[in-house]
Amino acid sequence: MNPLHCHRSYLAFLGHRISGLLLALFLPVHFLLLGTAFSGDAALDNALALTDYWPVKVAEWGLVVLLATHMLFGLRILALEFTDWPSMHDNRTGWILPAAAAALFVGFIFWLQV
Amino acid sequence: MINGRQLYLAQRLSAVLLVPLVLIHLALIIIAVRNGLSAAEILGRTRGSLLWGVFYTLFVLAVAVHVPLGVRNVMTEWTRLQPRVVDAFCLLFCLLLLIAGMRAVFAVV
Amino acid sequence: MTSKTSDTVQPDRSQHDHVHAQPGQAQPGDRLEVSIWRGKRDGGFKQYAVELRENQTVLDIVTEVQRQHEPSLAYRFACRVGVCGSCAMTVNGAPRWTCRTHVNQVIAGNQLTIEPLRHLPVIKDLVCDLAPFFEKWQKAGGTFKPTKSRLDKPEPIDPQSPARKTANAAIECINCAVCYSACDVVGWNNDYVGPAALNRLWTLANDKRHADREQVTDLAFQEGGCASCHSHGNCTRHCPVELSPSQSIAALKKSAIFGLPDVE
Repeated sequence: MNPLHCHRSYLAFLGHRISGLLLALFLPVHFLLLGTAFSGDAALDNALALTDYWPVKVAEWGLVVLLATHMLFGLRILALEFTDWPSMHDNRTGWILPAAAAALFVGFIFWLQV
Repeated sequence: MINGRQLYLAQRLSAVLLVPLVLIHLALIIIAVRNGLSAAEILGRTRGSLLWGVFYTLFVLAVAVHVPLGVRNVMTEWTRLQPRVVDAFCLLFCLLLLIAGMRAVFAVV
Repeated sequence: MTSKTSDTVQPDRSQHDHVHAQPGQAQPGDRLEVSIWRGKRDGGFKQYAVELRENQTVLDIVTEVQRQHEPSLAYRFACRVGVCGSCAMTVNGAPRWTCRTHVNQVIAGNQLTIEPLRHLPVIKDLVCDLAPFFEKWQKAGGTFKPTKSRLDKPEPIDPQSPARKTANAAIECINCAVCYSACDVVGWNNDYVGPAALNRLWTLANDKRHADREQVTDLAFQEGGCASCHSHGNCTRHCPVELSPSQSIAALKKSAIFGLPDVE
């Protein structure tokens, strides 16, 4: 266990970076898929048929969690950089677990709906 | 030439803009998947809607700024590529997101 | 004042407090297995057996190894009491002042690993060349430029003014390079000037006697400046004098939008 990496603000950094990278990889696919609507409803329905497969549903769930995670961890960074710190040693690590829990909760709601 | 301060501001301000956009997007995803995804449902909401047109255009613009700048940081730190190569890649990625993103917006609105 | 809950980037107080061995840990008289780095960056570890004593710092261990086992072992220290900062090394993975680190605080079982600081050229064994650290400190704009000469009256500074209090909170850095060694971004990005240099720049931003105050934001955002920081918080967690370079860097970032704080 590397003491430089096993603490919350570092793990939050990793969560933010890895979720961001995976979302960056997904975005072009997302845009190209929606672009099929140019060829009419049927073409888009064809593309959307993919989402009937359960591995794709799991991937969708993952993307929802990643998006929520990236946004919530990003909010902490914006708070650190653009608002005053409560004290000089308080880098709002207290936000990290609630943010991760909230992201999983969003994923849970998504799973109930899908 | 764009300096480091402007790049930093572009990334953070696009992040600020993305916060409400992502919140709405997440809510919409959860509502939309309720009865399975269908072209009729998605396009029924977006076709001819100025509001959704503006929403998704803003989304694409913010993403095309925010994402390549983030990827630039990652590539600078986690690869050994030359800065010129990283910048060129990220500029192309920005263009790809802009073109593919706006094409998707025009396709659904 | 700070409420020291577990939710803060707590400075690692083990460098400052004397704490006795935990149950289950090695006891005085036990043999410690000490791995010490030998050679340059391409060197390797060598093992030494050292007796654990009642009251012993990591620097004491290194000294004992050099005096009794390995006379050619190179290491650096001067004051032995946490003033000079020259005995900083990587101890069981984290950068520390070895003179202020009690062995009982850091041993895992009976293992102790002692390496040179990260991210700096190794001259030999535990001795690093700090030149790159100071070069970046210069590049970041850390040099004070006076507005007055010795012929002028000294500028009156109110110690209670907000700007002076802000500067004071970050001013006690002695440039030991522990934060520089703790920071992953320094290792990932050769241009990054590191936490100490940016912390210094932030003190100048709050010093109305500094002639180049107007340039601070531009300097802060040069390539390898404050925008490279990702708020891991390792600088602040490991600073032996409990400064918060993380907060100083965040404040520099804030100046990109809101400008520098008023110093009057």
